[in-house]
Amino acid sequence: MAFKHYVMVCGGEGCESKHALAVHDALLKEVREQGVENEVQVLKTGGFGFCGDCPAVQVLPDQTLYVGVQPGDAAAIVTQHLKQGRPVARLVFDAAKNAKMFPADVPVGHQKQLRIVLRNCGVIDPEKIGDYLARDGYAALEKALFKMKPEDVIEELKKAGLRGRGGGGYPTWQKWLFTKKVASEQKYIICNADEGDPGAYMDRSTLEGDPHSILEAMTIAGYTVGASQGYIYIRAEYPLAISRLNLAIAQARELGLLGKGILGSGFDFDIELRLGAGAFVCGEETALITSIEGNRGMPSPRPPYPAVRGLWEKPTVINNVETWAAIPVILLKGGEWFGKIGTATSKGTKVFALTGKVNNCGLIEVPMGITLREIIYEIGGGMLKGKAFKAVQTGGPSGGVITQDYLDMPIDYEALAQLGSIMGSGGMIVMDEDDCMVDVSKFYLDFTVDESCGKCAPCRIGGRTLYNLVDKISKGKGSLNDIEQIRDIGLAMRKASLCGLGQTAPNPAISTLKYFEAEYLAHINDKKCPAGKCRDLLTFFILPEKCIGCTLCARRCPVNCIAGERRAVHTIDAAKCIKCGECYQVCKFGAVERT
Amino acid sequence: MTKLNREGLAQLREQARAGWQQRWHGKQAQIIIGMGTCGIAAGARKAWDAFADELKKNNLTEVRIEQTGCMGLCYSEPTVEVRVPDMPPIIYGKVDAEVARRIVRKHIVGKLLINDHIYDRPALDAFGKQG
Repeated sequence: MAFKHYVMVCGGEGCESKHALAVHDALLKEVREQGVENEVQVLKTGGFGFCGDCPAVQVLPDQTLYVGVQPGDAAAIVTQHLKQGRPVARLVFDAAKNAKMFPADVPVGHQKQLRIVLRNCGVIDPEKIGDYLARDGYAALEKALFKMKPEDVIEELKKAGLRGRGGGGYPTWQKWLFTKKVASEQKYIICNADEGDPGAYMDRSTLEGDPHSILEAMTIAGYTVGASQGYIYIRAEYPLAISRLNLAIAQARELGLLGKGILGSGFDFDIELRLGAGAFVCGEETALITSIEGNRGMPSPRPPYPAVRGLWEKPTVINNVETWAAIPVILLKGGEWFGKIGTATSKGTKVFALTGKVNNCGLIEVPMGITLREIIYEIGGGMLKGKAFKAVQTGGPSGGVITQDYLDMPIDYEALAQLGSIMGSGGMIVMDEDDCMVDVSKFYLDFTVDESCGKCAPCRIGGRTLYNLVDKISKGKGSLNDIEQIRDIGLAMRKASLCGLGQTAPNPAISTLKYFEAEYLAHINDKKCPAGKCRDLLTFFILPEKCIGCTLCARRCPVNCIAGERRAVHTIDAAKCIKCGECYQVCKFGAVERT
Repeated sequence: MTKLNREGLAQLREQARAGWQQRWHGKQAQIIIGMGTCGIAAGARKAWDAFADELKKNNLTEVRIEQTGCMGLCYSEPTVEVRVPDMPPIIYGKVDAEVARRIVRKHIVGKLLINDHIYDRPALDAFGKQG
């Protein structure tokens, strides 16, 4: 027989330090003493991410969440709640605090996530069209085809205030309206699934978890603007997403949800995949379009915008995966509903791939207007190993860093742009005291230099020059003049590059310079890397007073540059040392020092 | 299959809803494994095989194993949702083959939850009226 209650004590990284174990043990003891051990199971969980208010205790099946529980509260929880069925009100988490972020008809829990784009991810079987149908799949398409005129669909998107989730933030309804207005026999719909930012995987997860939502939304767009063919441009390195999309397309065709006369309406629409070879620049819409046409993926100047002259010179609506996935919900729930979520200028939710030095990295979907602090410390469960927060990098190679001072600023398109970063497609990399900002800037410049298509000089030459300057600084060979040069070249690239890749490539360097100039100066003036990351500036040595001669470092050293007898002080031969840091990591006595 | 018209779609949706209802709230236990690229890379297929094998050993042929996409809990992959009738649905993380076997023996057979592997559902289902 199943137990009546399950009491789950948060056992996440942060909680261990704050007597979560003591609370667990106290609850266990009370349960035994009050004789309910056959009705109640007390458990340690893997983590709840409530580290600000920890330890958290959740009682199932009623899902009561207690926060800030002390061992002394165990008696009350067992007596009142588990035996008498009355939760201990003073400890219950007040979910109403979150209510203002959510529309009225959405259940408000203790989580600050609201899953619209990811509504079906992790819920349905993506390979069964029945699962999608059971959760109102293709109901938005039916509504559009039979109950709405194309203008109504655009009006609904306008009310919703949906903006492009690929990073640009252009109002979706306007794109659609431009394409709709152009008279043309043939028009096209494109889904941009060329996700390329390092550390970003929102689109892949959405396609893998809910492929039909993209097909449905693209078909709605076809009906709205008068297009009969859609393409999904996806990188070949996403094989699972590709196979699930192909399966979904086959299922939809078989049922007549794609093809001729969809649902007996007289409207025809079909979708095909086009595989990209993984060039970052092909995420730029003009480069993507020329790549679909069979040419080398290089951008061309806009205007004309694809909405007016796109694929094969025909008017083309091109949106990102996340934008598409939100559209069926907007049509079913109404634009007004969607427009209630978010900030004045940025509506709805945003999916982020939260990675880096946080405890709970993951794919999250949050209402626009949430703060970085809520994302990192509540959803993300705080910083890994309790290290100090330094910055968050958003927008990938086109974005910038956001510092401690802005943790409480509500996130939307405008706010991030104001700080010198961008919303981007949703990569969010959290960095701590051990991350060097010069190194971060070098990493992204290396990426954009590699991915630059080479068509325009500002990006091709400017990017390489920027990389060389930052590389020089990271090796302790920089001068103050280099900083001025980085700023000048960056400005020139922003103004003169042909496409977004080149225009935004200087952002990581400019942004880290803006907020962490002192770190650059330390590399230049003191020849030191404060975070201990830039190898060329590091020296490893052994503190004689701490070394006990265990020989561990010597055995681990990959180049055998550590000498010393057992139980005698070891020494590192700095000339041979490759600064891999292995000795620093493995020493149990803190005897290896780095400066 | 013939092409659907609106009535056909409505019928198919009703069937699908009934099937969904049955699967999610019916009398059968269900193990739902996160099978996105991330989950598979972390070992979801090994967990799947272990579930299947352990179910067989315990003669639990009625328990279904289903796949789903990414649940978003990347730090705890592979993630698995376990739904047993009359028990609260539970999300387990870091489910390797050994944990998978323990889930079958302890949770599905013994009706007890498993320490250290329970994670919080990332968000309430805002669109789950039917299921």
